[in-house]
Amino acid sequence: MKDNKGQQKKDSSRRNFLKLGVLAGGAVVSGVGLSAIAGNPGSTGEKVKVMTTDGKLAEVDSGMLHSCGSCSSHVSNEEARKGIPGRKFVMVIDLSRCKNARKCISACQNMHYLPKDKEWITVKLMQESEETAPYWMPKTCYHCDEPPCTKVCPVGATFKRDDGIVLVDNERCIGCKFCMNACPYGARIFNWEKPKGIPQEILDRPYNIESGAPQIFGTVGKCDFCPDMTRKGMLPDCVTACPNGVYFFGDLNEDTVTNGSETFRFSELIRDKAGYRFHEDLGTQPSVYYLPPVDRNFPVESGFKGLSEEEKARYKVNED
Amino acid sequence: MEIDNKTKEVLKEFSPQLENFNRRFKILSAILIAIMLFALYAFYRQEKDGHIITGMRDNVVWGLYIANFVFFIGISYAGALISGILHLLKVEWRKPIIRIAEFITVIATIIGPLYILLCMGRLDRLFNLVLYGRIQSPIIWDVIAITTYIIGSFLFLYLAMIRDLAILRDTPGLKIGKFRRWSYKFLAIGYQGTKEQDKQLEESITIMSAIIIPIAVIVHSVLAWIFGMTLRPGWHSTIFAPYFVIAAIFSGTGVLIMAMWFYRKMFHLEKYITKKHFDYLGMLLLIMAAIYGYFTFSEYLTDWYTSETWNARVLKKMFDINQYGWWFYFSVLVGNLLPIIVIGIKKLRTINNVALVSAIAVLALWVKRYLIIVPTLETPLLPAQDTRMEWVHYSPTWVEWALTMGGVAFFIFAFMMLSKYVPIVPVSLVSKPAEKAAEVEVKPTVETV
Repeated sequence: MKDNKGQQKKDSSRRNFLKLGVLAGGAVVSGVGLSAIAGNPGSTGEKVKVMTTDGKLAEVDSGMLHSCGSCSSHVSNEEARKGIPGRKFVMVIDLSRCKNARKCISACQNMHYLPKDKEWITVKLMQESEETAPYWMPKTCYHCDEPPCTKVCPVGATFKRDDGIVLVDNERCIGCKFCMNACPYGARIFNWEKPKGIPQEILDRPYNIESGAPQIFGTVGKCDFCPDMTRKGMLPDCVTACPNGVYFFGDLNEDTVTNGSETFRFSELIRDKAGYRFHEDLGTQPSVYYLPPVDRNFPVESGFKGLSEEEKARYKVNED
Repeated sequence: MEIDNKTKEVLKEFSPQLENFNRRFKILSAILIAIMLFALYAFYRQEKDGHIITGMRDNVVWGLYIANFVFFIGISYAGALISGILHLLKVEWRKPIIRIAEFITVIATIIGPLYILLCMGRLDRLFNLVLYGRIQSPIIWDVIAITTYIIGSFLFLYLAMIRDLAILRDTPGLKIGKFRRWSYKFLAIGYQGTKEQDKQLEESITIMSAIIIPIAVIVHSVLAWIFGMTLRPGWHSTIFAPYFVIAAIFSGTGVLIMAMWFYRKMFHLEKYITKKHFDYLGMLLLIMAAIYGYFTFSEYLTDWYTSETWNARVLKKMFDINQYGWWFYFSVLVGNLLPIIVIGIKKLRTINNVALVSAIAVLALWVKRYLIIVPTLETPLLPAQDTRMEWVHYSPTWVEWALTMGGVAFFIFAFMMLSKYVPIVPVSLVSKPAEKAAEVEVKPTVETV
């Protein structure tokens, strides 16, 4: 996270300062991170100063701290499969703000070293029926709590972590594509060919399960909520890249989401803005919430501005 | 082993087919091998360049390969179910045709799973299925079921062949090579036709035919669940397992009738494979067509009547003649009704007609498999926007067609080679007197229709 100074102060006095963390406050004190799990091992009597999500200094018992040797981007496969302890990541996408700027898509491609034809995020032009208003809807992986994709994987190459993230291990994936059929949202993208237009230096890097790079030919990839960034206490690139502040990212345990400049209490945001999840009826329990496309002060057509002809044509697909 | 005169006589009839490799055989083999080599080249290209050279893309991730997979596993039912059941019921007329049926099973069970492998992005990681296999995944169910099925059907075929292998071993006059003679000796595992051996063998075959029937049912059910366990319209259906099983018996019977027709013509087996066989198996085909039609009707009626949006979008593609309409109507109307009409009317029920409608039904069932897979995948829940337009619709490329033709060529080629190795009609069975039939007498039921 780049900047926390402008964030709103909400009920900071009532907050349990233990519910703070690496993500929102940059609370890393000399290689030591805070565990956000309630009920951490007992006190030692020694106090350590840390920064809260509100940017305040606070003292906590050193018994609440744990070593953060794993905060580097290179974590072991085993750790990467477990996830970041105490976290439950959540995303809120504000549809009232999306103008199809497509910066999330290119940022994601840069971040994960994806070729230009691989889009882990897509932006759909939705219109439920003729009478209802059209709107732009970014679609990431929903990191479902009941993921149909991980259920069907024959080798456990895709899995659900404790922190809520659904990841793919491209070094284990056998490329059977069953998960792509199991996912009703089409969140998964196959690496149909050897990557084009990616520097050799990147391709030569050892594969990192948390950065998802470099993507491996013949396996499945998808939006991964950038666990290597979140492990460092930073926001996923799509969130920071969005010029309209559409994406909010945060931790359900902390009940906080931020788009980098605004921070909200997650539960209040969902309550006040009538947040919902896409197709709740499918029972997949997504970790991505949408805020309805209300009170927009721009025409939906503005989303076509600046698009290439090829991109424009994608929205005229007559599929039926 | 002492070979009686009756057997000698029968074997004499078949020895030309075992000994001679005539020109027609050689030319046909050359053509089939050429097709298979081309398929091999396509496979090499696919492994080298990736699946990008197939027609599959991010929406339609399974295509022709999976359709072929379901199809071949389907026709493998010929041996497993039909031959298994007929053996258990001790139906006398089964004798000349069971080997054809068992050949179909074994060959199709080998070819089918190859198509799953073709669909895998990383064949080199196949061993991960063993290293990291998760029993929760329907693919692992499939791996277990199909492996069991392959072993089971091999055993079933082999046990039923031992008597003939022993006969071939002990027939000195055959003009065959040294190695082949040795292989008969090896494979006959010392069968001498003693009373005890005979009893053991008979019991083994009976046990195997009882085992192979549930295995076959499980295999196709698990296969159906690969589709049924996903949140996709047209797949997520509770009747999918029985629907697939019926489709499999239907197509298996069809292919069996076709193979009978070919062998009858090519090897002049009119004495063994008679009108009766076509009548009886035609009746089975008719019954399967009726049940299959009933399932199809039930499946599409319920989907269509409620017309839930996502379902309705798939159905619209099926019914629309500008999209998959013609294929759909061909597969469900022609492929289903034609066998019922032609076989149902006694006047039309000639050998050639039964074989013809079988071929049409088999083709229709292949089309149906394609229609189960592709239109569903072309209809994602979210609008298929913001993906590359050319990625929305599926059409197979030369690679997929080459490998499909390669599979068919392999099927025919393996059949030709196997029928050169052992007589296509079980010599030991047809030369034996009739067994005591089981309780069920099939004949009168059929005559009255």
